[in-house]
Amino acid sequence: MSKNLSEVLLEKFPGSVIEMEEIPTDHIPLNGDKWFEIALFIRDEPDWKFDSLQCITGVDLGEENGLEVRYNLHSMVHSHKIEIRIPLNRDKPVVPSVEQVWRVGDWFEREVYDMYGITFKGHRDLRRILLPDDWEGWPLRKDYEEPATYHGIAVPKEKEGWE
Amino acid sequence: MGIVHGDEMVLNIGPQHPSTHGVLRLVVKTDGEIVSQIRPVIGYLHRCFEKHCENVSYDQVIPYTDRCDYIASMNNNFGFVIAVEEMMEITVPEKVEYIRVIMAELNRIASHLLALGAFGLDVGAFTPFLYMFRDRERILDLFEMTCGARLLYNYMWVGGLSHDLPVGFLEKAHEFLDYFEPKIKEYNDLLMYNKIFIERTSDVGVLPTDVAVNYGVTGPNLRGSGTKWDLRKNEPYSIYDRFNFEVPVGKGQMGTIGDCWDRYWVRTEEMKESVGIVRQALNELPVEGDVHEALPKKIRPPKGSIYKRTESPRGDLGFYIISDGSPSPSRVKLRSPAFTALSALSVIAEGWMMSDVIAILGSLDIVLGEIDR
Repeated sequence: MSKNLSEVLLEKFPGSVIEMEEIPTDHIPLNGDKWFEIALFIRDEPDWKFDSLQCITGVDLGEENGLEVRYNLHSMVHSHKIEIRIPLNRDKPVVPSVEQVWRVGDWFEREVYDMYGITFKGHRDLRRILLPDDWEGWPLRKDYEEPATYHGIAVPKEKEGWE
Repeated sequence: MGIVHGDEMVLNIGPQHPSTHGVLRLVVKTDGEIVSQIRPVIGYLHRCFEKHCENVSYDQVIPYTDRCDYIASMNNNFGFVIAVEEMMEITVPEKVEYIRVIMAELNRIASHLLALGAFGLDVGAFTPFLYMFRDRERILDLFEMTCGARLLYNYMWVGGLSHDLPVGFLEKAHEFLDYFEPKIKEYNDLLMYNKIFIERTSDVGVLPTDVAVNYGVTGPNLRGSGTKWDLRKNEPYSIYDRFNFEVPVGKGQMGTIGDCWDRYWVRTEEMKESVGIVRQALNELPVEGDVHEALPKKIRPPKGSIYKRTESPRGDLGFYIISDGSPSPSRVKLRSPAFTALSALSVIAEGWMMSDVIAILGSLDIVLGEIDR
């Protein structure tokens, strides 16, 4: 099914699907540029009707591969599902926001921003959600280093006496 | 909050407040008694669950999942272990499947009892809360005799269970079900059909289906809005396809479909269905079988990723797990149903009175441990 959708997307939005040597069966790798238009298309097109955004997951694939955002979509009408993956540049990760397509994306995107520093372009209220507003760094990135202090309180590094 | 006009007031509720079911802060703009804007502020209970998972082995993640939704720990264990089992292609013995379903459904009853009791408490009914806690205690006793823990179980393992059922469990469980089933009527007489409760909840906080789907609201909250969607029926996992049960949906009996009363009613009906599932599972439970038989020596799922969701008492509980072939997961993401339900609060509750906001929040049944992770 994912193969069919990727063919449709290639036809409708040329250059949007990233071409790979082996065509993946369980997900569609997308180029982020037209993601907002594609999201609207797959939500409203009667054949697909992906009306429910299940989950947005940020991923750090390591030093060479950079970051990735993964969307799990589901259709309540047709009961089918799809996973969309958008690879991003580590230094300047920007992806169009789908917060206005699926309102549930609002908090999901804020969480991914909070943990990975990925900017969702067009999000109307992009702030940290789980961490304090003045937190520095993106904790779920693999190269994250814990700060030595927070508001003057030392963060204990030695586990001695804990166990 | 934007511009605050002369006759408006910004009110802060929480983070320490009995009606917020945990450490949740709501910043509310009020115009007289009417609430015009709500901004939930979360994160006070953030414990770095996802970061922890990347540094421990798969079996060590399970106790952390207990602490996410601490009202329904069995269901959280369940969701995580079947995701890992699917990655590793492990088939667990029949007996394990049955015991898992029994535990998950008992935990669903316990969770709904707390949700309903706390909802009553929010709208000013103290007595039903005590009745429901009395009966929830009996479920916790069953869990205690099974695995020693009353709240955080670490009971379901990848490929099996920590303990087999103890001697005398079946009798005790049957005894509980026989005791519990008539009690549901007692709760309903006490709270659900109480005139004051109906006045407080019917037609209040109506959540239309399309809004619910768009906001990712799932579980009893979505079914309260009249959508027949239950993963146990629509995408059966484990052995749920073997049991007969109905999926109750809100009908708007006391007002509009999708109001607070409907959400309450759906939960009481679900408890009855869960009792039925537990009965069927207890009767069909195989005598033979070793719950440790399929435990893998090393838990190392092959490279790849999976998104698996299960029906927790609060809705779709999803785990996104990425494995790089090493003993610890490369990424674990928990898609929490309470998180999405809370994100819909502002759209449901804006325009209602302050006291109704508390009722609406109670009807959504959120657990902050799962929202903040």
